[in-house]
Amino acid sequence: MTKKSKITTGKLILLICILPFLSSAQGVLNSGQIHGSFQMDAQFYVEDSLIGAEKVPENVLMNAFANILYTNGDFSAGFRFESYQHLMKGFVGELKGNGIPYRFASYKTDELKVTIGNFYDQFGTGLIFRAYQDWNLGLDNSVDGLHLQYQLAKGITLKGLIGNQRYYFEKSDGIVRGADAEFAFNEMFPSWADNKARFTIGGSFISKFQEDDSPIYNLPENVAAFAGRMNFSCGKINFLGEYAYKMNDPSLVNNYIYKPGEALYVSTSFSQKGLGISLSGKRIDNMSFRSDRGMTGMPLMINYLPALSKQHIYTLASFYPYSTQPNGEMGIQAELTYNLKKKSALGGKYGMDISVNYSRTGAIQKSKVNDTIAIDQTGTLGYKSKFFAVGDDLYQNDFNIGISKKLSKNFQIELLYSYQIFNIWVVQGHKADDTTGANLVYANVAAADLIYKLKNKKSIQLELQHLSTKKDQGSWAMAMLQYTIAPKWTFTIQDMYNYGNEKVDDFGEKEPKIHYYTMTVAYIKNTNRFAITYGKQREGMFCAGGVCRVVPASNGISFSIMSSF
Amino acid sequence: MKKIIVFVSLALFLGSSIVFAQDTTKTKIITTKFKLPSVDVKTIDGATFNTSQLTNDGKPIIISFWALWCTNCIKELKAIQEVYDDWQEETGVKVVAVSIDDAKSVDKVKPFVNGKSWDYQILLDPNKNLYRALNINQIPHTFVVNGNGEVVWQHITYTEGSEEDLYEIVKKVAEGKSITE
Repeated sequence: MTKKSKITTGKLILLICILPFLSSAQGVLNSGQIHGSFQMDAQFYVEDSLIGAEKVPENVLMNAFANILYTNGDFSAGFRFESYQHLMKGFVGELKGNGIPYRFASYKTDELKVTIGNFYDQFGTGLIFRAYQDWNLGLDNSVDGLHLQYQLAKGITLKGLIGNQRYYFEKSDGIVRGADAEFAFNEMFPSWADNKARFTIGGSFISKFQEDDSPIYNLPENVAAFAGRMNFSCGKINFLGEYAYKMNDPSLVNNYIYKPGEALYVSTSFSQKGLGISLSGKRIDNMSFRSDRGMTGMPLMINYLPALSKQHIYTLASFYPYSTQPNGEMGIQAELTYNLKKKSALGGKYGMDISVNYSRTGAIQKSKVNDTIAIDQTGTLGYKSKFFAVGDDLYQNDFNIGISKKLSKNFQIELLYSYQIFNIWVVQGHKADDTTGANLVYANVAAADLIYKLKNKKSIQLELQHLSTKKDQGSWAMAMLQYTIAPKWTFTIQDMYNYGNEKVDDFGEKEPKIHYYTMTVAYIKNTNRFAITYGKQREGMFCAGGVCRVVPASNGISFSIMSSF
Repeated sequence: MKKIIVFVSLALFLGSSIVFAQDTTKTKIITTKFKLPSVDVKTIDGATFNTSQLTNDGKPIIISFWALWCTNCIKELKAIQEVYDDWQEETGVKVVAVSIDDAKSVDKVKPFVNGKSWDYQILLDPNKNLYRALNINQIPHTFVVNGNGEVVWQHITYTEGSEEDLYEIVKKVAEGKSITE
C-alpha cells in the first residue's frame, strides 16, 4: 500500500554534513542560526484491573521528537527526528519506529519561494487542502515534494504544490497536487490601500492520483476538488465564505459511492470595543478526501473539516467531544462576548467578561436516488440530498454561558454552565443507554475556577466541575487544587469521580464507581518544562479541531520534558 | 547500522559547525539572542503582514502566542491587560498577541478580542508558519524582543503572577540592561 521513502536518511545526512562547510566557505555562518525544540513523554505503566489499565511488558514506554532548524537570511532547512520505538499506549501501532519523517529546505528570491521536502500549508479554510501536524494527536499529514509560492504582483499570490503525504514513517502511494490563487484588492490597487473596506478572493484546485486496483469497480484514478472563497471586512463587520466541490471519489469512508462531494462554510461577525458577536454555518456532504481511498482514521487526510462547536477548556465540559462527520453534517454556531466596563454598575471595580455560545450540528437530509437503489449502496450514486434541508438526526447541541470576574485585587473567579446533547452512537459508535438503546446523551455541566493570589507570586487555584446525566456512565464530579510558585513551580492534585455510574457489566454486576486521581509536579525555567504525574487516567477521547484519538485507561507515573531554544 | 550513521553524521555536523563557528565568528552557534524571523502572517483584518515589519520605535515588544482554546494563554493576556497602561507608560512596551487558531476558530478571534476590550496588536498564524519558525512546542509561549528586533528572552507556560517576572525583563530591555540572571 505504501512504499519506503526514496530519499534515504543517508542522503539527508550527507546534505546536513555539507551544509556548515558550504556556509562557512562562503563566510555566511555569521548570520546563520540554529534553533530547535524537543519533547519527550514517557510513562511507567502499572496494571489496574479496576479501570482496565494494562501492564506493558517493557514497563516504560516513550514518545519523543527533536526539531532542528537552520536559518540564514532567506534560506532555511530543517528536520525532525521522531522516536516512537517504544510507542506509548493510545497511538496506532504503525507509528512504531525511529526516523526522520520530516525534512525540508527552503529559499526565497524576490517574489519566488521554493520549498523542497516536507511542507505544511493550507488553501483557504482548508476545505480541500490542509497539511498540518499535531503531536498530541499523533497526526502529521505533511506533503513530501515541491511547494512553490510566487508573488505575481502586489496583492496577488500564487501557490503550486506536488508530492506524497506522510504515512507514519513511510509515504502514500497516492499523489497530491494543486494550485491556489489569492487576490487581495486593497494591496493590488494603491488607491484602495487605506480604504476601510477590505476585500480578498481566492480560488484553489487539488487533484489526487491513486491507481485503480479494484477488480469489481471502475474507480476514478484522478479525483479533482475545487474551492472558491471570499473575505470581506469593513470596520466592525467581517464576512468569510468558502465553497468546495469534489468530484466523485468512492472510498471506504463513504462506502464506495460515486456521488460528488461539496462543502460550504460561511461566517460573519460584528464587533466593537466591549462587544463581539459571531455567527457561522456550514454544510458538509460527502467530503472525506484522502490520498488513499482505502484509509480510515487519522492518516492521509488531504482536507480539514473542523467541528463547528466550542472547544471547552474544562475536562467535564469537553467530556463528550464532537468529531466531524465527513459523510454529511450541517451545523451552526453563534457566540457573544461582552465586557462590562470597570467601575460600571454590573462590572464592579474590575469589570466582568460574559460569553454566550450556542452550537448545533445535525445530519444532512438524504433520499434515495431511485426505487431500486438503497441509500449509501456501494457502487451507486449513493443518495440525493437537498442543499438546505436538514436531516432527522441530531449530532450535537451545546448551549453555554461563561462568566469571568475579578472580585478583589487577589481573587478572581470563572464560572461556566453548559447544556449539551451528544449523539454518542454516531460519534463514538456505542449506545447512550444499553437498556433503552438511546443514542443521545443529555448532560448539564457546571464548572467554577477560583484563583486566589497569595504573597510573593504564590497562588492557589481551585477548580470544581460537575457533569450531570442519566445516560452513558452517569454523573461525574471533579475537583482540582493547584498551588503555584510563579514562575517556576506548580503542584497539582486532582480527582475525578464517576459517582453516578449505574452501568451493569456483561456478568450482570454493577460497574464500580471509580476515583481517577492524579498528582502532578511541574518545574519550568524559561523554555524548559519538566513534569511528573502519578495517577489514573480514564479511558476517553482526546480531540483537537474535530479530530480525535482514543486514550486508553492507564495507571502509573508519567514524565514529560519540553524544551526549545 | 542506520542509527550509527545518523549519530556519527549528526556529531560531525554539529562538530564541524562549532569548529567553523569558532573560526569565523567566535560566537556560540546556539544563541539566546537572535533576529526575529521574517515570516508572513495575517493581521486581524486579513491583510498579509511580514514579521520583519514589527517595530515599536526602538522600545521592547512582547510577543505572546495564544489561541481561543488555551486557558492559560488567555489568563496571561488578561493579567497583562490589567496593567498594560502602566507598563506602556513606564517602558513604552507593545504587546503583540499571535493567535494560532486554525480554520475552526480563527474567524472568532476578532469578535473575541474586541469583546474582551483588549488593546493588543493581534496577528493570525493559522498555518503555524511563525510558530514553527520560532520552534514553539506548546502555547502559551512568550517572547521579549528588544529595540533592534532581536528576541532576547522567552518563556513557556503561564502561572499566576509570572507576568511580574516578564515585566522585570521588559524593564531591563527598555533600559538597555543585560537580562542574564
